[in-house]
Amino acid sequence: MPPDMAPDAAVEARTPPAAAEAKGRRPVPFRGGTFRPRAIPFAAPLVFLVLIGLWELGSRSGLISPIALPAPSEAIAAMGDLIETGMLWRHLEASLSRLVMGWTIGTVAGIVLGLAIGLFSLARAGLSPVVSALFPIPKIALLPLFIIWFGIGEGSKVATIVFGTFFPTVIATYGGVDSVDRTLIRMGQSFALSPLSIVRKIILPGALPAILSGARISASIAIILLVAAEMIGAEYGIGAYILLAGSLFALDQLIAGVAMLSIIGLTVAWLIGRAERALLDWRT
Amino acid sequence: MRLSVEGVGHAYGGTTVLDGIDLAIAPGEIVAVVGPSGCGKSTLLRLIGGLERPTVGGVFIEGDAPAGSLNPITTVFQDFALLPWRTAAGNVALALEDHRLTRAERDEIVADVLARTKLTDFAGAWPRQLSGGMKQRVAIARALAVRPAVMLMDEPLSALDAQTRELLLDDLRDLWVRERFSAVYVTHNLAEAVQLGHRVMVLSRRPGRIREVVEIDVPLPDRPARAAELEPMQRQLWQMMRDEAMAADRELTDAA
Repeated sequence: MPPDMAPDAAVEARTPPAAAEAKGRRPVPFRGGTFRPRAIPFAAPLVFLVLIGLWELGSRSGLISPIALPAPSEAIAAMGDLIETGMLWRHLEASLSRLVMGWTIGTVAGIVLGLAIGLFSLARAGLSPVVSALFPIPKIALLPLFIIWFGIGEGSKVATIVFGTFFPTVIATYGGVDSVDRTLIRMGQSFALSPLSIVRKIILPGALPAILSGARISASIAIILLVAAEMIGAEYGIGAYILLAGSLFALDQLIAGVAMLSIIGLTVAWLIGRAERALLDWRT
Repeated sequence: MRLSVEGVGHAYGGTTVLDGIDLAIAPGEIVAVVGPSGCGKSTLLRLIGGLERPTVGGVFIEGDAPAGSLNPITTVFQDFALLPWRTAAGNVALALEDHRLTRAERDEIVADVLARTKLTDFAGAWPRQLSGGMKQRVAIARALAVRPAVMLMDEPLSALDAQTRELLLDDLRDLWVRERFSAVYVTHNLAEAVQLGHRVMVLSRRPGRIREVVEIDVPLPDRPARAAELEPMQRQLWQMMRDEAMAADRELTDAA
């Protein structure tokens, strides 16, 4: 501003009086408060407790008919019966052994094929369309076939889980292999590492985050298929228990069985979370 | 051991990226390669390093690699290429694991190169914890661990900020004074080229051809003190590159 011009006159000339009044000193408006996830550890248990409490309250007050839905306390009593008679362990043992065996075989085979597709052009060209064609088939629909191929006993049940977990693992694994940084592989080549070393020390660890998040999905699929498979010709197992409870309309037992599945699901998710933290401690 | 590049040309698909490159690297000599972006500098390094085959011509090794050299031709990458799931020491060890060494020998080499690159205190650090300069030091330590006869350095300082670059440049010079390694040093930074190169090879824009080779006869250890003498050389190099760089800047890129 030229020094000879009166400053007040200049300001007045440019700004209307109302606006000049609103120009008081104030903090810059804060806009960074949204979209900031943070850990709230007590929220999940609290939500569970409130929901179950409301449900119990509704049942006690007669708002929820016992024919439609038994009270949580009844389901807990049914669970107590199971523990007392020792049947819980029988059912759990049968289910968990199928789950562990099926999921392990499916995952190991899936990782092997996924690596093959990720590493070899021929395997990719030949097999990835086959995987895409077979992945969307609901494995439950194939259960009668599995019974003919693997027998009505354990074989068909484990096979259902194996097939169900195999395909998502294949896809997760070769996706993981594809996402490994090419310069790391080139580095391995330039230091004359053997192909086996490059796979073991560079490609596998690089694909591991994707493989583990595939494992989360395949574990949930395994639990769903477990119940479906146990609904045919199983004496013991949580699926068999739920089916029996359902056909007798013993809804308290049905709820108890379903709760057990949830607990298995939560445990598996927790275990995979632990595995992720142990194996991927190099990430932030 | 001498390395010679003879009549090398390279094409990706129909695009010629390098043409008629001749270059001999004597033991203990650093050849800086400068040129506008997309002139095939990095391709040249990959050809020398045996990561790709040239379309015409060849790269040859003459004489034996020095005794104890585990990987005579070793690359230092622009983006460090450290495995994020290995510590600094683990990354250095990676280069040694496929060689017949006892555990004790390996640990000794790792400790030695980490000490030479002033990284002893960071041996157990993960790459994500290290600054860019430290990461590149780890990568240089890894390269030193295999006792290379020729180091291929692909813009090793380009991913670093200006101050770190100065520090690492000094370190590289000190390292050369002690180890007398030979190197092909690719860069787009002319200051680095005149600070480190015994010779500076200027490439034209794509297809990359040798435009000029400039000898810089100031001994490496004296260069920080005699910066005034280097200044005109840098300016001369820039004059040479300016038009090429401008033309390259206006080109559409198809090839990587």
